[in-house]
Amino acid sequence: MPKVAIVGYGQTKFSTENSKIESVLLQCTKNLFDSTSKLNQKNIDAVLISTNNNSKYLSAILSEMTGIQPKISHSIESLCNSGTNAIVAAYSYIVSGLAEVVLISGAERYDSPGQILEWDNLRGEFKHPIFWASIFSKSYKRKYALTDEDLALVSVKNHKQSTHNPFAISQKAITIEDVLRSKKLTEDLRLLECSRPCTGGASILLASENICKTFTDHPIWITGIGQKTTSASFTKTSTFYDMESTKQAAHSAFQMSKQKPSDVDVMEIHDAFSVCEPMALDSMKFASPGKGIDLVKEAYSSENFKINPRGGLIGSGHPLGATGIAQTIEITKQLQSCAEKRQVDNASLGLVHNMSAGATSSTVLVLEN
Amino acid sequence: MSFESELKKGNFLISECARCKKIVWPPSEWCDQCLDKNSWRKCTGKGKIIEFSKKENTYFCVAEIENSVKILGELISDGPKIGKSVIIIDCGIHDNNYFFKMKMLD
Repeated sequence: MPKVAIVGYGQTKFSTENSKIESVLLQCTKNLFDSTSKLNQKNIDAVLISTNNNSKYLSAILSEMTGIQPKISHSIESLCNSGTNAIVAAYSYIVSGLAEVVLISGAERYDSPGQILEWDNLRGEFKHPIFWASIFSKSYKRKYALTDEDLALVSVKNHKQSTHNPFAISQKAITIEDVLRSKKLTEDLRLLECSRPCTGGASILLASENICKTFTDHPIWITGIGQKTTSASFTKTSTFYDMESTKQAAHSAFQMSKQKPSDVDVMEIHDAFSVCEPMALDSMKFASPGKGIDLVKEAYSSENFKINPRGGLIGSGHPLGATGIAQTIEITKQLQSCAEKRQVDNASLGLVHNMSAGATSSTVLVLEN
Repeated sequence: MSFESELKKGNFLISECARCKKIVWPPSEWCDQCLDKNSWRKCTGKGKIIEFSKKENTYFCVAEIENSVKILGELISDGPKIGKSVIIIDCGIHDNNYFFKMKMLD
């Protein structure tokens, strides 16, 4: 199969700014052009947009505003894993030969309509994501005899790590006491255990092996892709203490890349809520069931930055359509050894985990340098 | 008849495919296996608690009704436990949202 590389990227700072979605898309795309030498508009065959925003025809709008006339252009929406799903689509266009270079720009506003899946009526009045997160949290704590303090550490670690990420919304370290004293949203979830909806954009450039060296001396290869959707309804989930779609997506991604969890040096995990991080680590077999929290504790005490180096969704903020792209950019920087204070030593293989709607759908990417 | 038109009247229905002998959930007009038309049947509303949590003074729980379909709704009883029997005592549509209220049976 032809190889596909990541050859450029650009981001905006995640914030609560009241910017138009078109402006956010334009800004992150401009940042990509600024940092990708020799990239010319004429090189770009396809423009893909990742967002849940209601504005229409955004790929054509962004193309016009940046002087691109692509062969292929459209939007991709899949709630919170729109970003990596757009990367999977771009990969497929390149492998099929329909495109050699694809620009993907993802953006969201703080008031995104993607935060609540209105269709899923079987949750009654309890449609806000804090309710599925509370059910996950209660179930995971009971199953593995964990405490609120255990899960609070996820947030403490990720806030600490985000202080080294200039694009993160949170630039403040917090303590376990801060988390436990923060507003109690439910019996099983506090405010500081949640990622924040915000305004932000992230752009990434993918290219075929033939042309990738035109844009960078350090292409990062996408060697594994796994994607699985088990349902759209949260209540169809079989158990609330693991993530079946994540399990299957990770299995496919590792199989495709011929790698295994122990080969991974650095990873971005979709910590929409604190419980999601250890649960995803279990589900992807980085730890045996219930032991993901031990990896979180180890990462925190050793300051190794291996799990969510940019601060995860909890520390960085969660502009839905940009999140999967920002996660992939972080792993790319890590594998290019240019992640500055967040750099994991000798990182050569990384993983991105991005999911949506109470883990009913997951995407996992394996990247190598 | 549809799930929503009956829910508005406070009736909780389950969709079933006669051909596949299968309960189809979320409620749907069509079978997700053979894509034939489903039929609707009234159910007892009895089920059990799968998981629960609490917001302020309100318990909410995932309940499995008739050992087959799951919903997330309000639990008006105190001291919920996993596996305890519940029954739907009220359901309907309010402000475009479904609602399900349950209580524990014992």
